[in-house]
Amino acid sequence: MFDVVLFVAFPYFAVVTAVWVGIYRYRNDRFSYSSQSSQFLENRVLSWGSAPFHYAILLILGAHLLAFVIPGVWGSLISDPVRLNILEVTGLALAVTATFALGVLVYRRLTKPQVRAVTSPADWLLLFLLLAQVALGLWVSLFFRWGGDWYLFTAVPWMTSLVKLRPDIATVTTLPWVVKVHMLGGFLLIAVFPFTRLVHAVTVPIAYLWRPHQVVVWNRRPSRTK
Amino acid sequence: MDIRAQVSMVFHLDKCIGCHTCSVACKNIWTDREGTEYQWWNNVETKPGTGYPTLWEDQEEYRGGWKLDGNELKLNLQSKMGTLGNIFYNRRLPTINDYYEPWTYDYDHLFTAPEGDDQPTARPVSLITGEFMEIESGPNWDDDLGGSPVYAANDPNLDGLTDEERAHLEEIQRVVFFYLPRICNHCINPSCVAACPAGALYKRGEDGIVLVSQDKCRAWRMCISGCPYKKVYYNWSSGKSEKCILCFPRLESGQPPACFHSCVGRIRYLGVLLYDADRIEEVAKSPDADLVETHRGIIQDPFDPDVIGSARASGVPEDMLTAARHSPVYKFVKQWRLALPLHPEFRTLPMLYYVPPMLPVLAKVRDGKYDVADSGGEGLTPLLTSLESARMPLRYLASLFSAGNEDVVTDVYRKLIAVRVYKRAESVGDVTLDEAREALTMGNLTAGEAEAIFRLTALPSVEERFVVPPLGRETAVEEQEGDTYTHKREAGFGTRRAPARRW
Repeated sequence: MFDVVLFVAFPYFAVVTAVWVGIYRYRNDRFSYSSQSSQFLENRVLSWGSAPFHYAILLILGAHLLAFVIPGVWGSLISDPVRLNILEVTGLALAVTATFALGVLVYRRLTKPQVRAVTSPADWLLLFLLLAQVALGLWVSLFFRWGGDWYLFTAVPWMTSLVKLRPDIATVTTLPWVVKVHMLGGFLLIAVFPFTRLVHAVTVPIAYLWRPHQVVVWNRRPSRTK
Repeated sequence: MDIRAQVSMVFHLDKCIGCHTCSVACKNIWTDREGTEYQWWNNVETKPGTGYPTLWEDQEEYRGGWKLDGNELKLNLQSKMGTLGNIFYNRRLPTINDYYEPWTYDYDHLFTAPEGDDQPTARPVSLITGEFMEIESGPNWDDDLGGSPVYAANDPNLDGLTDEERAHLEEIQRVVFFYLPRICNHCINPSCVAACPAGALYKRGEDGIVLVSQDKCRAWRMCISGCPYKKVYYNWSSGKSEKCILCFPRLESGQPPACFHSCVGRIRYLGVLLYDADRIEEVAKSPDADLVETHRGIIQDPFDPDVIGSARASGVPEDMLTAARHSPVYKFVKQWRLALPLHPEFRTLPMLYYVPPMLPVLAKVRDGKYDVADSGGEGLTPLLTSLESARMPLRYLASLFSAGNEDVVTDVYRKLIAVRVYKRAESVGDVTLDEAREALTMGNLTAGEAEAIFRLTALPSVEERFVVPPLGRETAVEEQEGDTYTHKREAGFGTRRAPARRW
């Protein structure tokens, strides 16, 4: 029963919260959508943290999503031991990078008084959750090898069943607790996403690539619009 | 031809006394909130000097503005892909230390200190951390330090000078400086707008004011690096960029911006310019030496029927066109060719122009007296040669106002000198009218023009200095659409919540 709460109710709750609160916040307080960058106050330590963390976490997240969305392709990709090994090593390296970089970011927020001054309780919570999640991921990749493979037969069927609204938790309940906590941690991050600065992740300015450089806004241009 | 109207500015540097009243007026209205204490949307810096933020002109470091790459105009900062790639860490971002850490004083201590042998003092307290701090720099830290080897000597505009010229500038009897008040230039090719990946910065079509949408800004920070004038500021508290808004709420009710209105020296002129938006790219691509001339060329004659017709077709309202015909900015920039853009080589086509200051001539103290004998004889000669014998090398001014083209600056000074000589002949009488005519010929001016320049420089009324119709959006809507009700929420600030972090 407890497993159902954790692996069925909680993921749904997390996603609904993220979407609902995220949209509510976007519609009612768009001003609050900001990355809240603190680079202006401190940039030397940040250079060791921000970019490495973002790049590492985006690649890791991308791999997780890719295997979830197109498990068939992913499966054939890792069917070759060489490729599996490359993926495993790359993933491990990225996990180490992300963990180290997050550690730098935590150190920075703790030790730089100017940055501490602009750190809210929600920021601390988010940093802690991210650090825990990344550290757990690193643990999993170190001690439960070939995650790129078994992920396809454990978490992917479970999450697919959730998407299909026919929850099936059989493939995840027997996993080691570290793996389970890592899975739930992912949904916990989804749940806190709309309440924190993490919202900046969904406002990636991709449209910049095809937008003209200049932006001119007219209040009204009757001769042109008529 | 795509004619647009632009609310433009002229600052007459000869009249600036460096009192900072403009800066204070601005600060009291717009930047007295948390996160903005360090921001001076209007600042007045001493030149030669390193300015605010320190060394903002050094684009090797900050990579602001545009660059010509072959025949392509590119952001100096980075490509669009580069923007997304560097979004997590912007190498070219100035930090708070390049401005200064804002502070207040522990005034309470003066009242609550226990009795002792010493006077209690109010120690400085950081407005960011709330902790005691040592003040290492502050607003106008190098104010008036024109010849200082510590500050002024680092001015990037001095790079082109010879060693001899540089040595002169540090000689105590030849020290020279002037003030450079700066606000956002509301450029017609703004690189801050182009650098913003979120599309938060925009130029208002009706009046050309460049603004940051606080709802769209996501703190990607590229505008701060993108603006070569460093006139977009990061609010470290709210996590949003902010900048000079040319007091548009005041403009909309027919008042000039606060810095203009409060200016003690009355150096500031506000007027409408009409420009051809189709030619922006072409002008921005001009070679350095031609930039000022092509920049003047994009400004259109408000009396030309073709221009007026095209402006009407683009939806420029009648009162804007009328204002354009009385624009003091048009007179200074286009008609008299006296006002120059600041650092045109940044290629943003700034819409704030400066009349360069008349400079004191070179002289020496001889037998305890200030002796101008070196400046070339008696009568008219020292007046006419005041340019050649000026203490400030022309090359320095050309570096500021004409992308290094000394001829452009020389032409301006010939005119300024002509006006001075002409009026001197008229009112002082130690120069004959014949000699004055010689000066006018050198300056390529008629007597009538010299008189008009003199009047608009020295005796303008408020109505002559600020010629902009009320940008009232409510009334504009009424005129154009006839129905104010459906558009009633489109004027004003757009938000009733404080611009502060809440989540």
